[in-house]
Amino acid sequence: MSLQHSDVEKIARLAHLALNGDEADAYATELSGILDLVAQMERADTTGVTPMAHPLDMPQRLRPDEVTEGDRRDFYQAIAPATERGLYLVPKVID
Amino acid sequence: MHQFSLARLAAGLAAGEFSSRELTAHFLDRIERHDPRLNAFVTVTRDAALAQAGAADARLRAGEAGPLTGIPLAHKDIFCTEGVRTSCASRMLDGFTAPYDATVVERLKAAGMVMLGKTNMDEFAMGSSSETSWYGPVKNPWDPARVPGGSSGGSAAAVAARLAPAATGTDTGGSIRQPAALCGLSGLKPTYGRVSRWGMIAFASSLDQGGPMARSAEDLALLLPAMAGFDERDSTSSPEPVPDYPAQLDEDVKGLRVGLPREWFREGLDAGVAASIEEARRVLEGLGVVFRDIDLPNSALAVPAYYVVAPAECSSNLARYDGVRYGYRCEAPRDLEDLYRRSRSEAFGAEVKRRIMMGTYVLSAGYYDAYYLKAQKIRRLIADDFRAAFAEVDLILGPTSPTRAFRLGEKTADPVTMYLSDIYTIAVNLAGLPGLTVPAPMAGGLPVGLQLVGDYFQEGRLLNLAHRLQRTTDWHLATPPGFD
Repeated sequence: MSLQHSDVEKIARLAHLALNGDEADAYATELSGILDLVAQMERADTTGVTPMAHPLDMPQRLRPDEVTEGDRRDFYQAIAPATERGLYLVPKVID
Repeated sequence: MHQFSLARLAAGLAAGEFSSRELTAHFLDRIERHDPRLNAFVTVTRDAALAQAGAADARLRAGEAGPLTGIPLAHKDIFCTEGVRTSCASRMLDGFTAPYDATVVERLKAAGMVMLGKTNMDEFAMGSSSETSWYGPVKNPWDPARVPGGSSGGSAAAVAARLAPAATGTDTGGSIRQPAALCGLSGLKPTYGRVSRWGMIAFASSLDQGGPMARSAEDLALLLPAMAGFDERDSTSSPEPVPDYPAQLDEDVKGLRVGLPREWFREGLDAGVAASIEEARRVLEGLGVVFRDIDLPNSALAVPAYYVVAPAECSSNLARYDGVRYGYRCEAPRDLEDLYRRSRSEAFGAEVKRRIMMGTYVLSAGYYDAYYLKAQKIRRLIADDFRAAFAEVDLILGPTSPTRAFRLGEKTADPVTMYLSDIYTIAVNLAGLPGLTVPAPMAGGLPVGLQLVGDYFQEGRLLNLAHRLQRTTDWHLATPPGFD
């Protein structure tokens, strides 16, 4: 399996990563190498095998739908890059 | 004092031979003196450590001490520590001060342990050499030209150099066991769900597991009860009760059936490592352990399946780093998309980006069945191999890593070469089983790790066999030159 420059650019876009031209070529080579490793999976016959979602096959635990935490907004926003009046600030998205 | 076991430290504290403040100051001084050569710590919390030690001394005087009260330790910088920078060795979290303690940190603090600081690691725990850190590589105390292993390489180097009596680590594909092996330590990756993941920065959530790193199995057995147990805040935390691990340490091992997987002793295994494992095996045989060859037929599929599952989960988990709520934000973003893309690209290192892209690719439309679903099916085959093996044997024994510590830069050019460092540890994570490493005899002046794998929740049995080995041998007592 070999990835092209354009494949890497598409993946980077999906992953919200910006790449420069040289980087995309390097990643194309490296990711293709990893995909060659991963291709060894094809040797396994997995017909009828149930995929394993959890190592202990435990179901997801549920809890009562109750409020368990108080309002800690100011506390958590103290580490944000930019906030104003309890809101996170980002560049303008609507003109 | 820095050569004492945890039990010996506890006895010294209880008898008033030294105070926790004296002990803590001793380790802080060692960090100051030796760490510039190793880069094992990213943050040293001197003042907080001395304050915690003072509080521990008060508990000791009041007769309210537990078996770990007043003993210092270091936390891998992946565990959130309230009020202390928690960087995950990434530029992304370089300025991040955790707003709360991880459950593991909270529990060890409640036990009275004193935090010396936070240890260096591969960025977001993605690596096997501790070379991908934003703060520069960690050096192996046995040979500073070599890597300490990874991703918990800072914890391993710190404990091996006697800069801390013990440390925490996390293990997604071998990140506790491989660095412990390469630095001559004992390290335990518990059963998935045994130790809470809450407050432990997520890499691959179905594989991540925290555990202790120390200088003996006995030390690990003292640490594990203080870390393990059900936690409501971790949705995959196990309700299984925590047994009294120290009480099981001295149990007889005569007649214990231990399997040697044929697949773990084939080509790719360094001859020096193989000879060292064989020497350890003979000692165990002398203790009455019964060995037999077993097969884990799907072993070769573990690394390929892991490099689908782990990057897939990584790409989801790391989507949270968007430059909005916390972490790094780029300068003067043009618009929201530019903010996301540049913040992530400027703050993530090459290996993290590689794995995010790999994960994004295998989860993208049209590829899910061929990659993620296939890998999850292989995961089942691997777990079934172990299940079949544990019908015949009590434990499994083999090498922890195919080689001894390699040179800095030796494997950084080709990611796949680096990935194969974890060939014997990864299957254990995929199956969710407990795995432990202890030192086998050194080879060519470098440590070798012996791996033991048990059935689910059989940590006690692993620690028992490892302790019996360490009662008979002194391999685990070797100290790197210049650090004794």
